[in-house]
Amino acid sequence: MLLDLEQVTLRFAGNTVLDKVDFGVEAGSLASLIGPNGAGKTSLFNSITGFYRPQEGRIEFNGERILRRKPHKVTQFGIARTFQNVRLFREMSVMENVMAGMHCRTRAGAFGAVFRTPGQRAEEQYIAEVAHDCMKFVGVDEYADRLATNLAYGYQRLVEIARALATQPQLILLDEPAAGLNGTEKAALVELIRRIRDERNVAVLLIEHDMGLVMQVSEHIHVLDYGRIIAKGTAEQVKNDPKVIEAYLGQEDEEMAL
Amino acid sequence: MPAGLTAPAPVRFNAGYGGLGMPALETFLQAIVNGLVLGSFYALIALGYTMIFGVIKLLNFAHGDVYMVGAFVGFGALSLVSGVVGAGWTGLFIAILISMVAVGFLGVIIQRVAYQPMLSAPRLSILITALAVSLVLQNGALSLTHGKYTAFRTDLGFGGFEFGRLFISHQAMVLVATAAVLMIALEFFVSRTMYGRAMRAVSIDKDMCRLMGINVNRVVAITFLIGSALAAAAGTMAGAYYGSIWYFMGFLIGLKAFTAAVIGGIGSITGAMLGGLILGMLESFGTQIPWIGSEWKDVFTFAILILVLVFKPTGLLGKSEVERM
Amino acid sequence: MIDRLYAYFDSPRRQTILLIAIVVLMALAPLVMGRYMTTIMTNALLYVVLALGLNVVVGYAGLLDLGYAAFFAVGAYSIGILTVQFDWNFWLAIPPALVAACIAGVIIGGPTLRLRSDYLAIVTLGFGEIVRFGARNLEITGRATGLSNIPEPNFFGYVISSYVDFYYIFLLLAIVAVIASHRLYHSRLGRAWLYVRHDEDAAEAMGINRVRVKLAAYVTGSVFGAFGGIFFAANLGAISPESFSFEQSVLVLMAVILGGMGKIPGVILGAFIIILGPELLRNLGELRLLLFAVVMLLIMLLRPSGIWPERRH
Repeated sequence: MLLDLEQVTLRFAGNTVLDKVDFGVEAGSLASLIGPNGAGKTSLFNSITGFYRPQEGRIEFNGERILRRKPHKVTQFGIARTFQNVRLFREMSVMENVMAGMHCRTRAGAFGAVFRTPGQRAEEQYIAEVAHDCMKFVGVDEYADRLATNLAYGYQRLVEIARALATQPQLILLDEPAAGLNGTEKAALVELIRRIRDERNVAVLLIEHDMGLVMQVSEHIHVLDYGRIIAKGTAEQVKNDPKVIEAYLGQEDEEMAL
Repeated sequence: MPAGLTAPAPVRFNAGYGGLGMPALETFLQAIVNGLVLGSFYALIALGYTMIFGVIKLLNFAHGDVYMVGAFVGFGALSLVSGVVGAGWTGLFIAILISMVAVGFLGVIIQRVAYQPMLSAPRLSILITALAVSLVLQNGALSLTHGKYTAFRTDLGFGGFEFGRLFISHQAMVLVATAAVLMIALEFFVSRTMYGRAMRAVSIDKDMCRLMGINVNRVVAITFLIGSALAAAAGTMAGAYYGSIWYFMGFLIGLKAFTAAVIGGIGSITGAMLGGLILGMLESFGTQIPWIGSEWKDVFTFAILILVLVFKPTGLLGKSEVERM
Repeated sequence: MIDRLYAYFDSPRRQTILLIAIVVLMALAPLVMGRYMTTIMTNALLYVVLALGLNVVVGYAGLLDLGYAAFFAVGAYSIGILTVQFDWNFWLAIPPALVAACIAGVIIGGPTLRLRSDYLAIVTLGFGEIVRFGARNLEITGRATGLSNIPEPNFFGYVISSYVDFYYIFLLLAIVAVIASHRLYHSRLGRAWLYVRHDEDAAEAMGINRVRVKLAAYVTGSVFGAFGGIFFAANLGAISPESFSFEQSVLVLMAVILGGMGKIPGVILGAFIIILGPELLRNLGELRLLLFAVVMLLIMLLRPSGIWPERRH
């Protein structure tokens, strides 16, 4: 297992948001986390990436204990993420946004910047190269100099993925990457997710409400309900699991539009 | 900036009461009295910080200067009414009331003109705006008074109770009692009246209040009115008590009252009162410790502020902030 | 109209030409300026250095620092103490003074940078006052009277002493400060400051250690401030606690805000307005500070990003 969660429990003010969650993602795999609204999916992402600090349990990544580590540390270990409601640096260019990902892989400081040391200049060069590569990979390189906020929503989502890729991760967490995308864009996203794994050998874990997309790309699906993992398996297994069907009963139809 | 950033020192009380030759118990009681007086000022001002922070999540840098303006308005009012009712207790109470009303409205104007348009702006902008308001008030008073101290004369006399070598002036007693009455009234207002409840509701969830039909803008305005009025009361009383006022008097006491609000837990009204009292006591007893001495008193306060903020930013009674994201 | 003018100077090439023209003019200026005007301009150049330093903290990293005078004081007092109390050579005393400023930056920043922004503002204010109280009450800093007879720097036999010498020293410092600010802005660290200012959570998710990055802003700002303080002390030959008051911090902050947070030309403009403005308005007397405060308030309400703001693409 690349990412391994054991008995992770998270509480807010007495409410148990995650209840003894056991969960894992294998290296180079495509996995999904689904579940009704409020099941705790994003909370699980936040717990993995260090934004929340679960009270109990164990989270390991590549054998490294990352539970209650600071978010920037988790990113350094090799987990990148996107946000449910796109969180780009809106007033900065696309290029600058993607360069942000390289921060944790480089080290020049104030001294290097002020004196433009050879090392610093080489590093800036390197940052620009990686950023261009990532922008090209997701297909936003022609907008490199535009302000992020001026981009169409679908492209903003792509920039966020490029930015996450620039952190050179082994695992990338995508929080509802298809939300707000149209059919063509969704098809392109499926393609992109596969390429991330196939060409970059990066494992992908996504939270997604679009079941069609989930079933299309996922090799493993985990179902979360009321903070508990109630089912896991392949698309076929999960689809026919009575517990899953029950969990989704009463939910809006679109979510179960398989 | 001219020297003298120190808070008006309670000179009258400390005069003749060095630790030497004074029985420990009396020193102790005297320190408590001094602490109560200081604490009353801090608490009254801290209340404004905490209430305003509650409803619009803004650290109102100008609040200390509102206190200063309160002192000057109170001074002006006393000069006006002293011809009719004299500059005794009646005159002073009328002056306090006038100052509270006038400065209360000044607070509302500040909120409407400076803060209301900035509420959706980045945090840094609204903080700088608050700082600018503070500077406008300060330098406005500076230009009017030419930076000089103004003597705040009253006919309150210097009477008081003496218990052996312990001395409690009438002024101190009335001051503490007035502060207590104001705080009890506030507590009543916040817990029993419609606007008080609305105020608490707004500090929890503004959007929800809007949906429930609460006039949020009016609640915010009332909060500024009350907070500023309390500061004005404190300012006028401080003027009468220490005998002089000047344009910079709000700076340090504003900082200290903020410290008091933080100690008590910002956003908590009871906390502000408690924090004011604690800080007053700490300062009063702190200056009794020989190796701290009065010149380090303010450093001592700042050190407390920083320690509380770093180690327990929610203070004694404050609630922790909701998890981010 | 004014926006078009700024837009014209938005191109880096035109900016460079403009800057070189200004530098040449400034270098020739003492030939025509009298002693009084030269001294004022020296002060304005000091403010350019200080404002650019504070701009790193406030404009780049978005941290409101109300105690910037403390860093200025640490630089000035370090030089004062080492040269006056310990008879050090001026130039040898500079590195320790810079180290002291860095340590001060870490001490102030370290425990407080986790705080929300308004708490941070008040804590920096508190620290600024603590430094000043300390200077006023300690033996080694000469208490309220401060330190005097700080020796004039000797540069390979040439004694830097005249007002014109110091004008050129500060012109040089200001140029260095501009170049350093520019290079910082266009660097990995400079971008990190902007990331953290725009969205702390997203920045952290990108692997940016926000506390460390903010601390770097503090320390960088304090080094600028210390350089200003060091030569300020050498220029006057005497320092006292009242030179490092809250008002000083506020004036530097005003320079940053008036001109436009984050943008170098704007901040330079702001520094000159803060120093030259009062000279033009001398007959206003006490009203000038009030005027500044009102202008600052109006700018925040009407043009929140300053006279010459940071413009991007």
